[in-house]
Amino acid sequence: MDLLQNVFAMLYQFGDTFAFLVISCAGLAVIFGMMGVINLAHGEFIMCGAYVTASAARAGLPLPVAILTGALVAGAVGMLVERMVIRHLYHRPLDSIIATWGISLIATQGVLIVLGSTMQGIGTPLGSIEVGSRSYSLYRLVLMVCALGLLGGLYLLFYHSRFGVIARATIQKPHMAHALGVNTGRMYGLTFGLGAALAGLAGGLYAPTMTMVPTMGATFIVESFVTVVVGGADIFVGAAPAAAILALIKAGLTAWYGQLFGQIGLLVTVILVIRILPGGLSGWLKGTTR
Amino acid sequence: MISSETTPRSRTRSLLARLEGPQTMGRGPAFWIAAAVAIAAAAAYPLTADAWTVGNAAYFLIWTFMAMGLGVVWGYAGALSFGQTAFFGLAGYAYGVITLNLGAAYGLTLVALVLAVAIGGLFALVIGYFMFYGRIQGVFIGIVTLSVTLVLETFMAQTAGPQWRIGEARLNGFNGMSGMPPLTLPWVGEDIALYPGPSLYYLLLGLVVICYLGLRIMLNSSFGNVLVAIRENPHRVGMLGYDVRLYQTLAFAIGGAFAALSGALYTAWGQYITPSSMGLTSAALPIIWVAVGGRRDITATLIGTIVVLAGFQSLTIYGSQYALVVMGALLLVTVLVAPQGLVVGAMTFLGRIFKKDKS
Repeated sequence: MDLLQNVFAMLYQFGDTFAFLVISCAGLAVIFGMMGVINLAHGEFIMCGAYVTASAARAGLPLPVAILTGALVAGAVGMLVERMVIRHLYHRPLDSIIATWGISLIATQGVLIVLGSTMQGIGTPLGSIEVGSRSYSLYRLVLMVCALGLLGGLYLLFYHSRFGVIARATIQKPHMAHALGVNTGRMYGLTFGLGAALAGLAGGLYAPTMTMVPTMGATFIVESFVTVVVGGADIFVGAAPAAAILALIKAGLTAWYGQLFGQIGLLVTVILVIRILPGGLSGWLKGTTR
Repeated sequence: MISSETTPRSRTRSLLARLEGPQTMGRGPAFWIAAAVAIAAAAAYPLTADAWTVGNAAYFLIWTFMAMGLGVVWGYAGALSFGQTAFFGLAGYAYGVITLNLGAAYGLTLVALVLAVAIGGLFALVIGYFMFYGRIQGVFIGIVTLSVTLVLETFMAQTAGPQWRIGEARLNGFNGMSGMPPLTLPWVGEDIALYPGPSLYYLLLGLVVICYLGLRIMLNSSFGNVLVAIRENPHRVGMLGYDVRLYQTLAFAIGGAFAALSGALYTAWGQYITPSSMGLTSAALPIIWVAVGGRRDITATLIGTIVVLAGFQSLTIYGSQYALVVMGALLLVTVLVAPQGLVVGAMTFLGRIFKKDKS
């Protein structure tokens, strides 16, 4: 019985980290994988989603609807940003990083000035369940299911829908897609909007578990970047296994040595991975199957 | 001009000839007269201002090293590093730990300064080795360096407990270290402690001039030419037989050492260092200075940094929150409107006017 309890505790820890990595990196991964743009304002889209979710939930909307509202608002803001800034920088990837950083600074400080240094949060719903002598948050178990659902949903969207086919065509050969009548400009806009909406979704999902401060996006940013780097250029092949491996390392180190070593472990893993597998996990997986 | 004999004198002359070249803007008597006037004006500045303002100006000078280092890494070698603050913070902490343990007598603070810069540079060398020998390119360099500095910040922020001490020095977690001695010059009779004020200002001004001229020489040497070639076309440089990875790693280490110099001097200037000096906002600032000034020219980087810093500080009077919004907007506008940088734009404009006059 004791052993079972410990196994469950480990699995819970692993699942929690895995869910966090997958959910927080999805938006970044879509934008980077499809457009080659590193979105440093990723954390601020997350913050946007979280703030909208919290406000909507406190205004009386049920939580799932509030989370969807947060995602949609973040997506709309994302499309606006793409239209005004990112669109001019597609041929200058380094400059697009800088520009998104500028946006991130403006957003964090703007929110701080307008809404103050904190905002009233919403409590974690669903209570907890008892396994043996310990109790676990049920909401976090729901988040794990959400992470799996998100992976499945993205796979279906990009590989089994008309939007996905056109989006992938636009990424691989923009000129050819354009010649075949695809409105590539609109596709880029939609893809960026989708990435921003996913970031907003992450914010919404984690809003009940976090303190609402303007800099909350920064808590997500290292983990999501690390996952994308380890995953490599092809996000759909790389992100899920990268999240699984990183979750294993982080959960293990956290359980044995504490939170800090979990984070340092992540960093060391990244530096080793880029040295050994420059293409990331996706490059390596593709290389072995070919 | 070209002779095979390498007497010390001819070597100095060939080094001095490198002060001008294809990789740096500004040449001819007009430029050097302007530079001399600028240095003279900077040297005369303490005569016209009170000690507090001069100490404040010294604060601006401290940051220019980090900016020039980033200019080399990003503008010349083409590797965008978001994590210069990691080396800044590490060296700042190193200076604190070393001086708190050794004390300030016999010019040991200068030894601490050198050691701190060496530690920062070495750390940059190691990170650079893993990145460039791992063939990391483009945007990934930015992500890895940013992660490094953010993780260092998290690490330093949790060192609050009494077990986190190195010798005499408590790391003090989120509040940071304080109480380390300022730079002290050994002198006959009594040592001179360089608190923020005219004497520190002159020391820093001298260092800035030396580093600036040194970097001009380095960038116009074959090393600098290879760096620029790598930025323009790494594959071709590799085909020509240069080890691209080695050059990039060295450039990164040099940039890191310059950031470390800023960090150690910063700690010595204010006698404190906190983990937030490695945080996201701090990491953004050097990027803003260099991007706004113009990253592809060391002179533009230097001028831009001082101008933006001065502007930032005068905005801070109205509230530092607004200042950061303005900085973000400035960055955005620069990238969209004048990707070369505002100072570079102005300098090309001036150069064109002067050429028109001559013809």
